[in-house]
Amino acid sequence: MLERDYIILVFAMGIVTYVPRWAPLYLLTSRRLSEGMIEWLDLIPAAILSALLLPALLLSAEPRQMSLLRPELLVAVPTFLFALKTKSLGGTVVVGMMLYWLAGRIF
Amino acid sequence: MIIISNKDQEPIGRALKDGALAAWPICLGYLPVGLAFGVLAQKAGLHPFEIGMMSLFVFAGSSQFIAVSLLAAGAAPIAIIMTAFTVNLRHFLMSSSLAMYMGQTSKKLLSLFAYGVTDESFAVNLFRFRQGGWDVKRALMVNHIANLAWVASTLMGGYGGKLIPERALGIDYALNAMFICLLVFQLRGKKYVITAVLSGGLAVMLALVLPGNSYIVLASILAATLVVCLDRKGFQS
Repeated sequence: MLERDYIILVFAMGIVTYVPRWAPLYLLTSRRLSEGMIEWLDLIPAAILSALLLPALLLSAEPRQMSLLRPELLVAVPTFLFALKTKSLGGTVVVGMMLYWLAGRIF
Repeated sequence: MIIISNKDQEPIGRALKDGALAAWPICLGYLPVGLAFGVLAQKAGLHPFEIGMMSLFVFAGSSQFIAVSLLAAGAAPIAIIMTAFTVNLRHFLMSSSLAMYMGQTSKKLLSLFAYGVTDESFAVNLFRFRQGGWDVKRALMVNHIANLAWVASTLMGGYGGKLIPERALGIDYALNAMFICLLVFQLRGKKYVITAVLSGGLAVMLALVLPGNSYIVLASILAATLVVCLDRKGFQS
């Protein structure tokens, strides 16, 4: 049932999700940025990664509720330490998955 | 004309290999999420072809999940489009951050690259750019390999994702683990640690009171701005 309405919807969604990805790249790359702006942008990755990650570890899905006993959070501690120690992305992913799998068997 | 040190002349195979090596954790993480999306979309009445089309044109996990549940609930198209826009506004921040490393890139390549900016490709490419030895060609490989994995796994979900057991081998944790490690890479000094703690704490608090995912953008902007301001004050005194 490939309706015309669906195609239009998907196109429109494509456009509105593309523009925020595209505009800064198109407008900022050739421009000289102020020092404050550079310092700010330099902090954004740490800020965004933490803002993505911490709620995912601490909060349950709708309705959102905080719990310190979620396996997501408990597994995150040794995974974090492993990443800090080894600085290995692949290793951390494998260790995190293994620990989460183990946690699923225990809880 | 024997020695060519220009990077543009290197074989595409090497960039593909580097890209694949950087992108595999993303692909692993997309598999369960994509399967879940495919199953959900199929339950909402979408044909696998329609599912694949949305994954290809939109390429944004959270927007797609919300769109499909809104479709199933019979929401108006304009509501779905507006939601997709707000949910993905955070990519504005990510692209701004990536722009710092793409000075020499042509506008055409930038426009192609923009298509593939996701939470995951952003984090991986930014880390590689910082580390050095990374270029737009490799970054594009990461984007497109991740894109392929996303489209393929959502299609698989649409065709018969119910057959795959949930929580198999802890694969649901792959993206969390990847983000943990990429965050560790970002903690290059006190300033970054303070930013991360502040942003994470704010995000948790905001997520508890605000609906949707506006907490990501709000917490990040607030934390980075606060730390820059405090840093300035520190220099003055």
